[in-house]
Amino acid sequence: MAKPIALECRGITKTFGRVVANKNCDLEVYHGEILAILGENGSGKTTLMNMVAGIYFPDEGRIFINGEEVTIASPKDAFAYKIGMIHQHFKLVDLFSATENIILGLEEQKKYNLKVAEEKVDEICHKYGFEIDPRKKIYNMSVSEKQTVEIIKVLYRGADILILDEPTAVLTPQETQKLFAVLRRMRDDGKCIIIITHKLHEVLSLSGRVTVLRKGEYIGTVNTAETTESQLTEMMVGKKITLNIDRAEPQNVTDRLEVQHISSVDALGNTVLDDISFTARSGEILGIAGIAGSGQREMLEAIAGLHHLTGGDIYYHNPKTGQIDDLRNKTPIQIRDLGVRLSFVPEDRLGMGLVGNMDIVDNMMLRSYRKGRGMFLHRREPKDLAEHIIHDLQVVTPGASTPVRHLSGGNVQKVLVGREIAASPTVLMAAYPVRGLDVNASYTIYNLLNQQKERGTAVIFVGEDLDVLLELCDRIMVINGGRIAGIVDGRTARKDEIGLLMTKSQEKEDALHGEN
Amino acid sequence: MAKTEKTLAPLVHIVKRDPGSVTWKYRLLVRAIAVLAALLLSGILITLLTKKNPLAVYGSMVSGVFGSPRRIWNMLQGVAMLLCVSLAVTPAFKMKFWNIGAEGQVLISGLACVATMMFLGSALPTGLLILVMVAVSILAGTIWAVLPAIFKAYWNTNETLFTLMMNYVATQLVDYFLKVFVKDGSGVLTPMPQFGLPVIGNQAYLLNVLIVAVVTVLAYIYLKYSKQGYEISVVGESENTARYIGINVKKVIIRTMLLSGAICGLAGLLLVGGTNHTISTTTAGGRGFTAIMVSWLGKFDPLYMVLTSFLLVFLDQGAQQVSTDFRISSSISDIVIGIILLFIIGCEFFLQYRVVTRKNRKENV
Repeated sequence: MAKPIALECRGITKTFGRVVANKNCDLEVYHGEILAILGENGSGKTTLMNMVAGIYFPDEGRIFINGEEVTIASPKDAFAYKIGMIHQHFKLVDLFSATENIILGLEEQKKYNLKVAEEKVDEICHKYGFEIDPRKKIYNMSVSEKQTVEIIKVLYRGADILILDEPTAVLTPQETQKLFAVLRRMRDDGKCIIIITHKLHEVLSLSGRVTVLRKGEYIGTVNTAETTESQLTEMMVGKKITLNIDRAEPQNVTDRLEVQHISSVDALGNTVLDDISFTARSGEILGIAGIAGSGQREMLEAIAGLHHLTGGDIYYHNPKTGQIDDLRNKTPIQIRDLGVRLSFVPEDRLGMGLVGNMDIVDNMMLRSYRKGRGMFLHRREPKDLAEHIIHDLQVVTPGASTPVRHLSGGNVQKVLVGREIAASPTVLMAAYPVRGLDVNASYTIYNLLNQQKERGTAVIFVGEDLDVLLELCDRIMVINGGRIAGIVDGRTARKDEIGLLMTKSQEKEDALHGEN
Repeated sequence: MAKTEKTLAPLVHIVKRDPGSVTWKYRLLVRAIAVLAALLLSGILITLLTKKNPLAVYGSMVSGVFGSPRRIWNMLQGVAMLLCVSLAVTPAFKMKFWNIGAEGQVLISGLACVATMMFLGSALPTGLLILVMVAVSILAGTIWAVLPAIFKAYWNTNETLFTLMMNYVATQLVDYFLKVFVKDGSGVLTPMPQFGLPVIGNQAYLLNVLIVAVVTVLAYIYLKYSKQGYEISVVGESENTARYIGINVKKVIIRTMLLSGAICGLAGLLLVGGTNHTISTTTAGGRGFTAIMVSWLGKFDPLYMVLTSFLLVFLDQGAQQVSTDFRISSSISDIVIGIILLFIIGCEFFLQYRVVTRKNRKENV
């Protein structure tokens, strides 16, 4: 191929303290090409790209742009070399419009002229097929629109090399397809596009070549057309693994948690949960799908006694006594005192489920420290439990007295899930339990959820990866704007069907209900 | 490829240390170097500014603290009082409740104590009088502390401003009391040692020191081994986690501030009933604010706080001696104290981060 080389990295190394984030990494990208950088979480993909974007400075190694060696010491340098990075977490000012955000920080000699800028934004949109209103405020935008603003921001600055960090993590399948179409158009326009991801199917459908990193090391680069999913997995994980989740047929299914017509509002009076009803059954995994922020968190917190409901009921069918208790607006302590063995793995691990500055033993006590007589703590049992979990779940830690914030994401999650499962729950709720975890740790968590299902727990699993939801769950409930958009069978549902339920607007849904 | 090394690293950059890699020996070394460097720099400044021999100045500092049994007792009393107030603010700080009102809490309990001595001193038998003094002092301190706590718990008011303003109220109340009840109009209340706390072992300060020692141990056990202490840590680290495990955050805030105020009340009692036997608007002596530093420097650990309050008292008392011995302005001593504290606090940076220079970097490569 005669395409000119746009960006080349040679022998890049970067360490943080004792952690080697990148070790001797090579990379080359051509103009008019989409390169995927594939690797598990923590494999150093983002760090490597952050060095190209001027956020970090490499300890060793050289970077070439269009064949010339360069020093990129700041994001400003990166812009000068026409490199633009779209980060996973958007950096936008909520109160500003799209255009205001796009021109923010530009040092132009000319007078500030919003009109001209808006026209230029329109022009870029037109050229690549973005759909965005330049005058729309950020706080009115969906995640996908915000991402569009970020992409236009770097194009506006004239970027030729675009780096996108996990761009599809927050998108629905439909939005992902739209984004990919835009990226292909940019590629055909001669831009060089680097996309950081850990999703194999995206790599295969979008990229021309794939560079694989593992534990900070450069493993190799292959042409997408000549590779397979299993080869890429092997490169990524380092060994052959079969990525199948065993989905057993549900046994002894009985109703455990009956949620009826629950509704709630936030502090500003906006509806958060709108008439949600479903039943979680023992021996079954109920998946919850939906765009982030559709009410998943509030729903789980309402069940756990942490979110106030304005209406509806939550009935718990106690398997021991046969009694039915209403948990609505009870405190976590009242719920526990009713004999409800409810475990909850919240989305915010270190901000809610665990205390980052406390060691593993003290974190084990969070749920149980009240146990035992007297005013003093009993650390014996929590210590045994900590040792037990470290051993059984293979938590990588210097010891049980290490503060959990020093552990990696996967190990933090094992500690949290381990503790919640140790209470032998009858209901287990897990919100995004594999977010940020590598393949091995993710499958450990899926296995734990499956084990819970087999021992008769009613499992509620809030997930973001639809492929996983479809492989793991017996039923999938789709939630959209605080409402239930549908409950589908996990064995027969299709991905695009769920994607549609996730995004379809409420009006259409109302119309549908009308027809029925 | 490129002939010359064009890629230049930044001149220096800062790298976070791995927390596990810092040994206690290294910690000790860094801190010792910091103190030495501070003494060296202060020495140069002293020589330049006052033409005095810095070694003699430091000698006078040490002798000001350890020079005679009386000075040692003064130091012990100073440490005990400062530590007592620091122990009071520590549970609140661990909970991330920024109580900067210890000054007022101490003062108001001192006022309650002195009023009891004045009006009930001759009416009650000694034993009963002491009981009443203890009760009213602690009650006054808790009231002053719990008001901001209640407002914080129920209406999420800013506790820093609230506790700060309570200080002024306390000062003004003491001022008012002295204006109204000191009959000669001088505003100075004659000490009433006859109604004070008992003196044990013929040492005026021994009782204070013993009581604070006991409180220190109790505070250490409370914070580290009790269920309530654990709840304080959880609420301080993350209110969301506290809610998640069913801790009643309002209750913990109020309970902890009751405790904090009670210990301030104890400090007021010891200062007025056990030491001064009178009150003025400066009875608390800024300890309510110095305590904040003691608590932070001691990383909220009562045992470390013994050391940090000693450090601050040592510097303060030593500096006063220097001013007297050399007849130099106390500002010089303040400068020296400032430099030493700056170095001691500043050296923490080198325990958490490593500075890598461009030259260094190549050697590593």
